Amino acid sequence: MTDALEVAVARKIGEFELDVAFTVESGISVLFGPSGAGKSLTLALIAGLIRPDTGTIVIRGRLVTDCARRIHVSTQERRIGMVFQDGLLLPHRSVLDNVALAVRQARGSRARRAIAHSWLERVGAEELAHRRPGSLSGGQRQRVALARGLAGDPALVLLDEPLSALDVEVRRELRQLIRGVIISSGVPAVLVTHDAEEAEELGDVVIAYNNGRVTGRRSVARPHGPEPEREEPERTESA
Amino acid sequence: MKLTRSLAQTFGGKQKAALIAATVVVGFGLGFGVAHLMAGAIAYWGVVSGPFLISLRVAVPATLIAGITGVASGYALAKGRFPGRNILETIGSLPLILPPTVIGLYLLQVLSPGTQVGGFLTRLVGHVLVYNVIGCIIVATVAAYPFCMRAARAAIEGVDPSVEQAARTMGLPNWRVALLVTLPLARRGIAAGLTIGAARALGEYGATLMVGGDINGKTRTMSLAILDSFTTPERNTMILILVLMAISAMTGVGLLGRTRS
Repeated sequence: MTDALEVAVARKIGEFELDVAFTVESGISVLFGPSGAGKSLTLALIAGLIRPDTGTIVIRGRLVTDCARRIHVSTQERRIGMVFQDGLLLPHRSVLDNVALAVRQARGSRARRAIAHSWLERVGAEELAHRRPGSLSGGQRQRVALARGLAGDPALVLLDEPLSALDVEVRRELRQLIRGVIISSGVPAVLVTHDAEEAEELGDVVIAYNNGRVTGRRSVARPHGPEPEREEPERTESA
Repeated sequence: MKLTRSLAQTFGGKQKAALIAATVVVGFGLGFGVAHLMAGAIAYWGVVSGPFLISLRVAVPATLIAGITGVASGYALAKGRFPGRNILETIGSLPLILPPTVIGLYLLQVLSPGTQVGGFLTRLVGHVLVYNVIGCIIVATVAAYPFCMRAARAAIEGVDPSVEQAARTMGLPNWRVALLVTLPLARRGIAAGLTIGAARALGEYGATLMVGGDINGKTRTMSLAILDSFTTPERNTMILILVLMAISAMTGVGLLGRTRS
């Protein structure tokens, strides 16, 4: 079976040197470690926002970065979804527009908006559809960002400390939502956090980072509780 | 004092009374100004209407052309990583620094059918480019362009690059990121540049005089007409109309840059 992601990259920024290699499979893989360990930099490299100095990145069997062969697929062509720490929603567009603009698999505004609506429903944010991001709370913003990250039928979703800017109560609530929605979507995910409890609760696999290196890897044993059933994401034919 | 006291008693409080008194005075002043303008406009409409319409015919297309080229080049300067960017910006900004007579002289040499370049351009366009409204539009565009370009560059550079990166992760191609994210987020700064550019296009007269020729009914804009009618009574009417045109342009373009939140 093909790995969801294969990463073997090195990148030097100033004095900091990142040199990591790992693979992830389906489910949620957590990059866990202290601040400044290189976790977010790794996500930026996977997303193609930054180029590595050396190495390769393969997403769902597709080579997207190979420094030796000068291959660098653009961020737009990588088919990834990304959830940022502070949401980074487009401030001048409505919540619905933010999600609809990320829909790649349908043509026509009506079809894209229908898919966006269904994702907003899945993250419990359907009533926010016509609001502007500036009027949302931190938790609401991250719900919308999660919907946006998954709405484009991505091959991989990357979450960069999506809960670190939120208070404890909202974090707990959103952890369950994030795990439930991602597992049910069937999209493999890589999540960055420096919170041990969060890593434990969200991850199927935890990859430990320290000072630009992978220092360990372990699977998280889950009690046999009901895991969310996998749902096929709504696909609307081209309008 | 009696009036203030009675106003204060009526409206409750000295501050409120002062505000009302000031409003009344300003209102009268504005009313008188507008009445004066209207009276002048009616009395001298025959003299004023020609330059007024020519000014509109020059300033509107000049602002549009300077706006489009200014925003496009401002975007290239803000986002492009090519050598000589700053030199290009300096060249584009020359009309800001050079005296209008120098700009007029250079434009005359470039556009005049008697010169090599001008002859080529005239044949290319199939129309003479000097001593007509096209020449005036070119001059006004050159005058307005640096304001549009510099403001656009600064505004585009001020857009948070992480929001643009987020848009790229959504799969939007770079041209859609520019149109749907960067330019809308920079619109306030761009609108400010367009406003000043529009005012500059409207007020330009030095180079216009040299390239357009101040021909009555053909290239005599409001600015040139004011210069010509310096000792005549319609001068004040034209100045007032020009001021109103500038305020309208600023308000209109300013409204475009308003942010809905």
